[in-house]
Amino acid sequence: MISAYYLQIIILVGINIIMASSLNLITGFTGQLSIGHAAFMSVGAYASALVTLKLGLPFFVSLLCGGLVAAFFGILIGIPTLKLKGDYLAIATLGFGEIVRIVFLNLEITGGAVGLRGIPKDTTLLWVIISVLVTLFVLYRIIRSRVGRALIAIREDETAAESMGINTTYYKILAFGVGAFFAGLGGGLFSHYFRYIQPNSFGFLKSIEYLCMVVLGGLGNMWGSIIGAAALTAIPEFLRASADYRQLFYGAILVIMMRLRPQGIMGEEILSKSNLTESPFLSKLKLRLKKQKNQDI
Amino acid sequence: MFFQQLINGIVLGSTYALIALGYTMVYGIIELINFAHGEIYMFGAFVGMILVTVYQVPFFIAFFLAMALASLLGITLEYLAYRPLRRSTRLAALISAIGASIFLQNLALLIMGSRPYSFPSPFVSKVYKTSFVTVSKVEVIILIVSFLLMLGLTFLIQKTKIGIAMRATAQDKDTASLMGININKVITVTFAVGSALGAAAGVMVGIYFRSVTPMMGLMPGLKGFVAAVLGGIGSIPGAMLGGLLLGIAEVMGAAYISSQYRDAVAFAILIIVLLFKPSGLIGSSLQEKV
Repeated sequence: MISAYYLQIIILVGINIIMASSLNLITGFTGQLSIGHAAFMSVGAYASALVTLKLGLPFFVSLLCGGLVAAFFGILIGIPTLKLKGDYLAIATLGFGEIVRIVFLNLEITGGAVGLRGIPKDTTLLWVIISVLVTLFVLYRIIRSRVGRALIAIREDETAAESMGINTTYYKILAFGVGAFFAGLGGGLFSHYFRYIQPNSFGFLKSIEYLCMVVLGGLGNMWGSIIGAAALTAIPEFLRASADYRQLFYGAILVIMMRLRPQGIMGEEILSKSNLTESPFLSKLKLRLKKQKNQDI
Repeated sequence: MFFQQLINGIVLGSTYALIALGYTMVYGIIELINFAHGEIYMFGAFVGMILVTVYQVPFFIAFFLAMALASLLGITLEYLAYRPLRRSTRLAALISAIGASIFLQNLALLIMGSRPYSFPSPFVSKVYKTSFVTVSKVEVIILIVSFLLMLGLTFLIQKTKIGIAMRATAQDKDTASLMGININKVITVTFAVGSALGAAAGVMVGIYFRSVTPMMGLMPGLKGFVAAVLGGIGSIPGAMLGGLLLGIAEVMGAAYISSQYRDAVAFAILIIVLLFKPSGLIGSSLQEKV
């Protein structure tokens, strides 16, 4: 048998694979930078824990509830903010994440800063493996479908995608909804494994951690997220690095990866050539060329 | 009570305005959210605190040294983390900026430890009282210094040669470059000036709350950005107005709604502004270019 310590690492790797893959759908495939992914996880963690604690429903149902409530919030926050582009969207997701954390800190039903205790330990290795497989299967099917191609088109060039008849707002909300659903599922597994959750375990830095996994593995690459999540979960454990060094390391990874290999370990060249959101310099140049053409005519 | 809160809000808001100026200047020129700006603010506060407490440097000299060293940090940051990415995508630059922010924050945590340092106020805690408001000397100094710095910045931007170059670069990089403006130099100066203002805010908040911690840059950094967006990102008067309004809104929200939701006020304002007027109060609306 595996010792409890290794079991915990394996379960954490599984949960983080779910988190990173679902964030990859939003940021890697659709090109919408979200730095509030941990907020969806916390919504799912709280929702599923409360369903188990207050209603006493079976584990499967509470996991599903966690996912659905998170997806609901994903769509709710998606509808108004997804009209925003690039940087603005990133900041809005960050703001949303902070608001969720502050609300959970002050609500009575979530136990405030103390958090929720005594959640039954229902998450087993089998549950985690099944959830990971389901998540990866669903995400894979989405990406390989018409929807997935629409999402990638939005990433490559939103304006061009729109002029090709893709309803960009709809697909962006869809990506956020699906991404949030699986983040909520991950949250449910998390709360039923550690048996204790509090708002500050899902802060801004947690969102950055997931972003880091996706970026390291490769934006827009499914294997990348799996490898990124596994590496960034397991390596610090085995190196016994303290939490302080871990964060320092994450910061350095983001800067160094963007400079040396923006496509990540596994990724194709998506960030350097065809742009996620075009660099302002290039778009200005194109605009000028276009104007010139019009004048010539 | 109301006027007292208003004064508190204006004092807090003027520090937000100083932070917001750094964001808005950088965004105006290279269209990048300099996420690490909050860490520069934290760095400034630490430098000021160390100079005053350890080396017994007079306060105003420490204040200017903190601004100067923070400028150097800002320039270094631009050189290492942003300049190599200037030709790549905005997403890549933004991720790099977030990484730089996390890196600097944790470097400070490792070096300084997580416990707060006290920043003894160099001013006698004198209090001016009128019939309905009380203002401490520190608050008056914060207001005066912020006002002078903003005045200086306005002069720099409007009247000096480098200021004209900055405005030209913000308007159109290519044309500015064709007119013989050294874009790299302009960007360096922008980072230097923005970082110096951020550090000034850091030192003043340090003496205002009398405490300095490695994590102190996170929230004010985010709020400074909110202030910049509220005023209209890229607009300098916008950042000043946005900072003041945000400070007042936050203090009023804490006083009249709920003090627990104090930090949420800023983010709620951010989301509302982004939804209804993404160009901010003074900013010009930008059309998406194809």
